[in-house]
Amino acid sequence: MWQTLKQLYHKFGSPRYFYDLTGRMMPWFVGLTCLLLIPGLIWGLVFAPIDEEQGHSYRIIFIHVPAASVAMSAYVMMAVASAVGLIWKMKMADMVAKCIAPIGASFAFLCLVTGSIWGKPTWGTWWIWDARLTSMLVLFFLYVGVMALQNAIENTQAAAKATAILSIVGVVNLPIIKYSVEWWNTLHQPATITMTNASMPAEMLTPLLLSIFGIYAFFGVVLMTATRVEILEREQRSQWVKKLIES
Amino acid sequence: MNPASAELPTLWSGFSSVLKRDLLLAFRQRSDLVNPLFFFIMVITLFPLGVGPEQSTLAKIGPGILWIAALLSTLLSVDTLFRQDFEDGSLELFLQSPHPLFVVVLGKVTAHWLVTSLPLILVSPFLAAMLFLNMDTALVLIYGLLLGTPILSMISAIGAALTVGLRKGGVLIALIALPLYIPVLIFGTSAVEAASLALPYSGQLAYLGALTCLAITFAPFAIAAGLRVSISQ
Repeated sequence: MWQTLKQLYHKFGSPRYFYDLTGRMMPWFVGLTCLLLIPGLIWGLVFAPIDEEQGHSYRIIFIHVPAASVAMSAYVMMAVASAVGLIWKMKMADMVAKCIAPIGASFAFLCLVTGSIWGKPTWGTWWIWDARLTSMLVLFFLYVGVMALQNAIENTQAAAKATAILSIVGVVNLPIIKYSVEWWNTLHQPATITMTNASMPAEMLTPLLLSIFGIYAFFGVVLMTATRVEILEREQRSQWVKKLIES
Repeated sequence: MNPASAELPTLWSGFSSVLKRDLLLAFRQRSDLVNPLFFFIMVITLFPLGVGPEQSTLAKIGPGILWIAALLSTLLSVDTLFRQDFEDGSLELFLQSPHPLFVVVLGKVTAHWLVTSLPLILVSPFLAAMLFLNMDTALVLIYGLLLGTPILSMISAIGAALTVGLRKGGVLIALIALPLYIPVLIFGTSAVEAASLALPYSGQLAYLGALTCLAITFAPFAIAAGLRVSISQ
């Protein structure tokens, strides 16, 4: 058991193996994205029943909630990958962490934009300083900080280590920030999905869950693509990349 | 006490010698000492000019102004925290010293807090009076600043440690540190607001104290790790 884990670790640590593996996994993830995200979105945006209070405008949650979910999990994933890179000096983990930052920031931005668009008909303004929007904005800033540091340091290894430290500090602070912002402003409605009892009817919940899972698959596709590009860029002097480009 | 153990360096001796050294350096360059203070005062002076001198407005936004000004002046002064040591090579000597780096870092940040944040806290009652906060509220503001500014120093020191090897540190430290300041700002200002409405404010101060303990415990390790990265590049 331990031996296989160790082998797997060394395999994953090798950019070439990672490149091959993700190449084989990619079609499955693309298929999963098509299978989940497209039906989920069409169902949610067209066929799901109208909300009594909000009318059609509520339908933006089928994009807003998945984006928010991915944006938050991506930060944790970045911190975990960073920790792996920092502790076990795994080059692949550094690359993955580097690639997550802009993707996570984009999802956070998408979440902010859709939240703001939803806010216009619901609250009557484009922006409200409510707890969840504000903490998403802060999450976006945290991503911006990580990316800025990454871009400022020219040495690849030093940049990876420095951003790893920063994202670990960020992930420790994330719950503190989130709860302090929530405490600061408790204006928002209670959470839409709870694990124990769903407050939504099944006709709304199912497409929402479909699009959440679908967007995670989509995140996987984007992350793998970005990491593969990063691998090719960093390993461009190695033999296998040269062969790959020639063929 | 045998003579051998007296010569061995202790954690305390490492901490205190760095603290003394940094305080001495700070007092030899007095201008660095007063610059953040004047920055703090000037930023606060700008607000009445910007939003108008009405007593009700200023009293309402006063706590926020004072906190944000304190936060900005910490940020502004922290860029020099490791830079001089980095440039003259003493940072590398710190890394090689028998003392663990986090103890050295703790000494440096403490010295930084004593020379930049403490003066701000000492003048803040006068500035609070200029912003029409009453005496009781100003007292809570001072408690909050005393408990909260160490966190600000610690967080911005993380940013400074990560960027010390770069030529363009300043804005980058702000981008790194400002989002992490938010809880301190929230608890600090809301304690003052609660006090101005004669509500209990001990909860917010307790949160600040807890965050300070957390920051003092863990941040030195992050700062030390950041310094190692900056030195290695």
